[in-house]
Amino acid sequence: MSRFLYYPGCSMDSSARAYGDSIEEVCRPLEIDLQEIDDWNCCGASEYMALSQTRAFALISRNLALAERQKNGTDTLIAPCSLCYLNLAKTDHYMQEDPRLSKKLNMALDADGLSYTPGALAVRHLLDIVLDEVGLEKVRSHVVKPLTGLRLAPYLGCLVTRPDYGHRWRSREHPKELDHLLAALGAEVVDFPLRTECCGGHMTQISPGTGFELIRRLVDAAARQGADALVTLCPMCQMNVDAYQAEMNRHYKSSYHMPILFFTQLMGIAFGSPPDMLGFGTELVSASGVLAKIGVKQPETPEAEAAGAAARKHRPKQTGLPMPVMPADEEGQR
Amino acid sequence: MTATQTISGTTRGHRNFMAEVASLTAGDSRLEMCIQCGTCGGSCPSAADMDHTPRMLFAMVRAGMKEQVLRSNTPFMCVSCYFCAVRCPQEIHIPDVMYVLKAMATNEGRVPDRTAPDFSRTFVNNIHRYGRSFEVGLVLRHYLRHYLTRLPGMAPMGIGMVTKGRIGFRPHQIKGRDGLRKILVRAAELEAEA
Repeated sequence: MSRFLYYPGCSMDSSARAYGDSIEEVCRPLEIDLQEIDDWNCCGASEYMALSQTRAFALISRNLALAERQKNGTDTLIAPCSLCYLNLAKTDHYMQEDPRLSKKLNMALDADGLSYTPGALAVRHLLDIVLDEVGLEKVRSHVVKPLTGLRLAPYLGCLVTRPDYGHRWRSREHPKELDHLLAALGAEVVDFPLRTECCGGHMTQISPGTGFELIRRLVDAAARQGADALVTLCPMCQMNVDAYQAEMNRHYKSSYHMPILFFTQLMGIAFGSPPDMLGFGTELVSASGVLAKIGVKQPETPEAEAAGAAARKHRPKQTGLPMPVMPADEEGQR
Repeated sequence: MTATQTISGTTRGHRNFMAEVASLTAGDSRLEMCIQCGTCGGSCPSAADMDHTPRMLFAMVRAGMKEQVLRSNTPFMCVSCYFCAVRCPQEIHIPDVMYVLKAMATNEGRVPDRTAPDFSRTFVNNIHRYGRSFEVGLVLRHYLRHYLTRLPGMAPMGIGMVTKGRIGFRPHQIKGRDGLRKILVRAAELEAEA
């Protein structure tokens, strides 16, 4: 059993429930023991930094301080969300680089009797742990239901390999590690040059046109490669591509149907876990076709039917929608 | 020429603008090392929607054009993807500088558009209140204020998120809320001293 400190992040039991559930499900066989930081707080996402640097760093450093206090034979802190990971790693990095900042943050932490020693923790993303600490050999040894025939587009998004304060990745723009993991699960990995492009982050909330364009590029590239699904490791990327795909389609009068799944959901399927334990069925762009392709039945949730328009979108022919379909989009559609 | 007059006029009071921005950025921003190569704008996925490319914005910072810089939408259009940061030949911490410019514009009330700062404020207020992010509260409040016309179209998505159990209607509150607030108040005091 390898023990790690764990910072789940706010979305893990709400919008990214599928990620949280599937992490739990795959960590068990891989003997990864995740020790959740007691009473952790939000990392501020990309919003607190936009209002105040010092307060944003102080907010994040409270989590580092709590984690340091909870160190129990491990100094590795895992975050499964790209933005949480970046924020934690960034704060530790700048506290090490900038003694003035470190002093200031420790003075702030002292207001609640806390402190953090810069460099005391190694902040790492969950994917990095699966690849580097667990290893593909061990992953392969647990595969009982290979994803044979599934065509998957590995989508890492921005923040795991960039800026990469810990120098953990071989390439910051074209990392191949997620490809290797998906191949180890038996899937066919499609060529996906946009693997580290941006999903738009909070642009869907502050400048929708900007956000929709970035989402369109991703699903279009994946569809053109004949991918069955995008595979992600970030709740924000999943949310943008999944929950905003319908609005993006309306915006461009297109009809893409590109499910996006967490890499841990696919690991779970390959390990033989039942789909409902892995959060399948919680996606808005249904992945039932993905499961059907490898002979796994999507869990029957009454919610899926009740989801109204969101669920109706996934019926085979979408010509019933009151939207014209552009020829270019037909072509990109599978 | 009017443009030149405007530029020299605003320059006078803000000779030290670049130093001010650099000093507010954590670590060594390396902002003064910019060689105006344009790699940043060429790498930027949202450059098309920016008033100024990052390269141009940094030239404006250097020229002391504080007013124009803080009224530019460029920092708010930054998606923080770090393509520019890893490609910059001078290793300037571009996304960090963009965050500093967003904060300056917001705190000095000179933003080009209220949507982004309002979203940040709502988000942060929830953190102050609960210690955690509260997605449904955030999104509802934000859409009611800024995207009323988007709401009907969003209904299927909202219903889907609710029925699939992806929205928590009650915010999770951390136990150490008071302690967290003390830390943030102290941080704000330290920031004001600097």
